[in-house]
Amino acid sequence: MSFLSLTEHDRGQMLETIGVDSVDELFEQIPTGVRLGRALALEPPLSEPELVVHLSELASRNVDTGREISFLGAGIYDHYVPAVVDAVLARGELLTAYTPYQPEMSQGMLQAIFEYQTAICELTGMDVSNASGYDGTTVAADACYMAKHATGRAKVVLAEALNPQVRQVVKTYAPGFGVEVVEVPHREGTTDPDELQAAARDAACVLFQQPNFLGCLEPAPDLAAAAAEEGALAVAHVDPVSLGVLEAPGAYGCSIAIGEGQAAGNYQSYGGPHYGFLAARSEFIRRMPGRISGETVDADGERGFVLTLQTREQHIRREKATSNITTNQTLLALAGLVHLSWLGPQGLREVGETCLALSRYAKERLAEAGFELAFPNKATFKEFAVRVGRPAKEAITSARHSGVHPGYALGRDYQGLDDALLVAVTEKRTTEEIDRLVEALAS
Amino acid sequence: MKLIYEKSKPGRRASTLPRPDLPAADVPEELRRSSPPRLPEISEPELVRHFTALADRTFGVDTGFYPLGSCTMKHNPRVNERVVSLPGFRDLHPHQEEEGSQGALELMWRLQEILAEIAGLPAVSLQPAAGSQGELTGLMLMRAYYADRGEDEQRREIVIPDSAHGTNPASVTMAGYELVDVSTDRRGNVDLDELRAKVGPRTAGLMLTNPSTLGLFDEGIEEIARIFHGAGALMYYDGANLNAICGISRPGDFGFDIVHFNLHKTFSQPHGGGGPGGGPIAVRERLEPFLPVPAVVRDGDTFGLDYERPKSIGKVRGFCGPFGVFVRSYAYIRSFGPALREMSEAAVLNANYLLARLRDAYELPFDRLCMHEFVLSGRRLKREHGVSTLDVAKRLMDHGFHPPTIYFPLIVPEALMIEPTETETKETLDTFADAMLAIAREAAEEPELLKEAPHVRPVKRLDEVRAVKNPVVRYGFEEHEEPPGAPAEPRQLEAQKGA
Repeated sequence: MSFLSLTEHDRGQMLETIGVDSVDELFEQIPTGVRLGRALALEPPLSEPELVVHLSELASRNVDTGREISFLGAGIYDHYVPAVVDAVLARGELLTAYTPYQPEMSQGMLQAIFEYQTAICELTGMDVSNASGYDGTTVAADACYMAKHATGRAKVVLAEALNPQVRQVVKTYAPGFGVEVVEVPHREGTTDPDELQAAARDAACVLFQQPNFLGCLEPAPDLAAAAAEEGALAVAHVDPVSLGVLEAPGAYGCSIAIGEGQAAGNYQSYGGPHYGFLAARSEFIRRMPGRISGETVDADGERGFVLTLQTREQHIRREKATSNITTNQTLLALAGLVHLSWLGPQGLREVGETCLALSRYAKERLAEAGFELAFPNKATFKEFAVRVGRPAKEAITSARHSGVHPGYALGRDYQGLDDALLVAVTEKRTTEEIDRLVEALAS
Repeated sequence: MKLIYEKSKPGRRASTLPRPDLPAADVPEELRRSSPPRLPEISEPELVRHFTALADRTFGVDTGFYPLGSCTMKHNPRVNERVVSLPGFRDLHPHQEEEGSQGALELMWRLQEILAEIAGLPAVSLQPAAGSQGELTGLMLMRAYYADRGEDEQRREIVIPDSAHGTNPASVTMAGYELVDVSTDRRGNVDLDELRAKVGPRTAGLMLTNPSTLGLFDEGIEEIARIFHGAGALMYYDGANLNAICGISRPGDFGFDIVHFNLHKTFSQPHGGGGPGGGPIAVRERLEPFLPVPAVVRDGDTFGLDYERPKSIGKVRGFCGPFGVFVRSYAYIRSFGPALREMSEAAVLNANYLLARLRDAYELPFDRLCMHEFVLSGRRLKREHGVSTLDVAKRLMDHGFHPPTIYFPLIVPEALMIEPTETETKETLDTFADAMLAIAREAAEEPELLKEAPHVRPVKRLDEVRAVKNPVVRYGFEEHEEPPGAPAEPRQLEAQKGA
């Protein structure tokens, strides 16, 4: 086996040093009654070339976004990932390190995490960020847990226009947390601040998404204010790529900002691995889950970085920890940092402006072709809902025959939207491709 | 070394982006960004150099020996990186229609089958994002199972040995259960008498790592299973240490009802400075209805996603889980096939060899052969020379090694937890053992050398207390701003030219 390094000769010498006659003797502590006693029923080993052939064959049976014009979004987006991201992630030192428990061995990684935390704070307008959560769904559960303990309240309010998978994950975690989940329906694509406020009474927190799952821009400052009126923490679930043109949650009164990081620096990868980001106001720092890199000095007084506030964490605090998270998504968060550094503030704004311009073009062209927007009076960012005059599933099937994936069928998650497609337009799409989309839907 | 923000200069950038010839569209003023995020402004050459410098200051498995106990820091085959980058995997949208993602679905289905065989349990969900989330998912399954039987109110307690990872008790709290601790006996096994006294009608289940964090296989495992199943309780297997027993013994065969895998440990996902990981779970038939949705299912030659699981606990993560991790681990397992047993045998041989070489210089709290890792105590060095395990760890850095896990498990004072993995050569193990022995001698002869270590890393020993007392967790732009009125460099140059 090419990944193993011992020779027959090594094995003999090592057994002698240990003082046993065979490798089997090392396993004698396993009671005979629970030993397998046969070979694992797995297919025979593949050589490296054979392995590549096998996996290439499997990969070829997927229709990736290079093989059709994709307007799929709904949480995961076909944004451009710059070459420098691949180059940095291919560095073996970064790729094959683990959690920087020994800071003197991992200054580079700790500094990268510190720089990532800074970037997330800058994007969201928050004071503190952790080193990442699993994805955009689990950080929502984390935020609820923080809010429950910060407020002592046992109810969380979710806007229905929040990503359905995010809501589903919060609901899965909620019984263990001992919190009740209340949902507030959308009204013509956005959340009504008065309805949200009514639901927020005695709530630990209110979660809404900006832009929301339906593509619409929420009246986010009003929603945050509605939560504050009732003493509930406002939690905004935001798209990192939107934050060059859309206001930072910290600037409109949110206590916690969370989101799915994929759009900034990660490939779609059939849903993962990606990173969830979680940032908050400084008063919540000791309730944050997960790793945090902090600045300090070494014995010579030079600047350095360490994992800090570890008494929050499971390996110290055990059942009283702020979370059970250990392994996180640092490598994907690092990709996010590289991507955001590549963009810079100007590039981030340009991506946002291009998404805005292209998606408006798409809306106009679809309207010209006779399609009706699901929420015509609502502003959008890169994604919008359009009614296609027949079940959206059917429209998807027929559009795919002409090489276009036109978007996500909203009827899966929302009543009354069976004929609605959620169309995502990233900076990678062109006006020609949008014209193809309109043709594909019209035919 | 400067932060990337300290290398930033207004007007620089690395990105070039498409700018379609379209009229500008805007967002309503009250929702518009008021001041731009202070992201780095840096050119591509400087960006690449910055992250190369950060890589230079980071130690990975690719750099050298990384015997971090409980983390299974084995080699990460590069072919796995190649196959995960195939566009058919990398650029596949998770909402692609099932007909357009047959290859991905088949890969997941195949991985489920493989994990079921390795665990000795029939049903698998790949969804959990990491080991800890696998634990939490397993506890949620227990609650759903008992709720379905009307026993949820009664069964509130989860039993965990004192040698367990901190994630176990933390998961218990997050799942809304109560923790019951059980001690370790003098051979390093779970104390069976104490266990019998603590397991009863209120017990929901056990969480056990086996081999334990002491690197020892619990010799009483069959009796443990009788105690729990006799009480109508479930058994959860923490797969953190599965690297010791693949193809040799299966958790399902020794009584466990739920098992999580750490794909990033056992099946070689690069650890990436902290993650990503993968924490699939395998369960017995009676727990299958409660698994997260969607299930990956096969119908003849086609594969699909099944959301119609009315008893499911729901979702613990987006989509089907960390797919890229599945590709790498699937590739890794297919490279071995049934020879996974040889992987575990080599891991156990390497650990026992190192143990044999070190057991006289350091204290061995439980005098047994080990499995894939072992725990030593530095208590004697501390007592006799005033040198702590932390000092030993820091001194190992000067010898070019990543230190082992230290001060864990908590039940061993001054613990050093060493896991060499199967991918290391005997030469590497010997060099490491020589270094550990040299350090033990230095502790007696030149203790200051250890107390001031490391000497050759980019930084000296870091002040962790200061970082806690005064948390600085983001760059302070305001504190580092140049004083107002100070002319920027380029302008100064221009002025000189003009003169």
